[in-house]
Amino acid sequence: MNARVAYIASNTFREAVRDRVLYNLIAFALLISGAAVLVAQISIEIERLVVVNLGLTAVTLFGIVIAIFIGIGLVSKEIEKRTLYTVLSRPVRRWEFIVGKFFGLSGTLVVNTFFMAIGVFAALFYVAHKFTASDAYILVALYFIVLEFLIICSVSLLFSSFSTPLLSAVFAFALFVIGSFADDLRGFATLSHGITRWFATAAAYLVPNFSALNVISAVAHQQPVGAQLILQNTLYAFFYSAMALSGAVLIFERRNLK
Amino acid sequence: MTARGRTTALATAMLVLSMAVCVLLLRHIDEIRPQTNNEDVLYLSSPKIIRRASLGFNGLMACIYWTRAVQYFGHRHVAQNRSYKELAPLLEITTALDPQLVPAYEFGASFLAPPPPGGAGEPKRAVELMEYGIRQNPDNWHLYYDLAFVYYTELKDYKRAGDAFERGSHTPNAHPLLKLLAAQMHEHAGDFDTARMLWQATYESSNQTEIKENALEHLRSIKVDEDVTNLQNAVTRFQERTGYPPASMWELITAVGLRGIPVDPDGNPYLMALDGHIQVQNPDDFPFITQGLPLGYKRGEAPKLHVRP
Repeated sequence: MNARVAYIASNTFREAVRDRVLYNLIAFALLISGAAVLVAQISIEIERLVVVNLGLTAVTLFGIVIAIFIGIGLVSKEIEKRTLYTVLSRPVRRWEFIVGKFFGLSGTLVVNTFFMAIGVFAALFYVAHKFTASDAYILVALYFIVLEFLIICSVSLLFSSFSTPLLSAVFAFALFVIGSFADDLRGFATLSHGITRWFATAAAYLVPNFSALNVISAVAHQQPVGAQLILQNTLYAFFYSAMALSGAVLIFERRNLK
Repeated sequence: MTARGRTTALATAMLVLSMAVCVLLLRHIDEIRPQTNNEDVLYLSSPKIIRRASLGFNGLMACIYWTRAVQYFGHRHVAQNRSYKELAPLLEITTALDPQLVPAYEFGASFLAPPPPGGAGEPKRAVELMEYGIRQNPDNWHLYYDLAFVYYTELKDYKRAGDAFERGSHTPNAHPLLKLLAAQMHEHAGDFDTARMLWQATYESSNQTEIKENALEHLRSIKVDEDVTNLQNAVTRFQERTGYPPASMWELITAVGLRGIPVDPDGNPYLMALDGHIQVQNPDDFPFITQGLPLGYKRGEAPKLHVRP
């Protein structure tokens, strides 16, 4: 990573911390510890399942919300505060600004996920009193969640590069919802005919496939996740993020900032 | 105190006071407003729609629905409600959301199958639930065992129970008792030994305290049923031989050559009514017995579970 990108990334991270983004960890800690203690009393035989399902779902949703709401403001806030002009008046290229922002936000989410993962494992230990080898798959699920964040961060940046913060949030969240239905969209495409099929197939491949990255249920049941899936999901998230970031750079490069 | 300090103290006091008043008011409002039964309503009853709406987080949704099913059953069970019409849909939604959630099949079937007020009285839906669970988890022998259990205890369909045990015995890591139970079911389905074997297997194979206690209770009841049946047969034989029923338990045991008056699992001697009817002293202590109940005895709505310390 070049030094300017790294500098923008570290500033973005610091800004997020200063904005008290990591305060969500308190809510997460309360949620997961409450679930670990209470579920045993109101349900039967699902303490471990709840901790894993609730923990990983909360990690995902908290992260998605942070990624969207911070991501959409990364560019517009800099324009609004006019700090962007200060940055771009120095020897910083526009693409470096976008990529730096992306890495900064991604770093924030990775740190956030790291602390939440500690919470999930602590709660798991509390309910199960031990760790088993299959618990390692929870790390894979967390890794996939981080991959989801990378995609959402890049998509949020893409939308924020040409739209208002409110519309960017709507677009990004809608894309997250549609991406969760990507498998259904693909199924619909196979059932339709003619031009509808063509459009549905195009849409199914264009939206991010979050369902492939969601292995929460499987790891909650201690089912293994294949190495091939890990590798291909990694490549998919990498290329999808690269695609969205490229789009953001292309738009931002041509954007009139006057 | 500075002006700022005074403001802080006043605001803190107001905050605490307002919060307390709100809590008190809400408690009063809850008392006076008509009570609704929101928990009994399933706004969305289609498992497919709920699965879609869960945005891929169906594991968590399944846990929520399973907890809801447990709470629904528990509240109605405690309230001695005889209607459990939302139980089956709740279980179907739960298992559609997470087909690998085995406790929902195992406990769900035991909620659905028994007659009210102990359960929903829907053994056929319990069978459907178990069959669905078996299709989703074909290698889990517990599910075949529980299916056979429903056939055996609620539907008295010993052939199907035997078939279910047989199918379960072919799964990997199946409990060795399954093969034995399959054979037993085909040959001696109604015997006390078969019932005892079944509950013994339940007791040994479960880690759940509640299930173990329930199995223990059934084993105690089987012992009573067997003792009473044997004693009643002895009374019949005595009557056939002498032309009149034995005048007392002593006369009966002397006639059949027993060493003393037989006792129930709690150590209380069995009683004999004037007409020769054998009965237990404390029927409330044996919630599952079918023999030895005093004439005209009506079991309380809530079965009293006798749990040993």
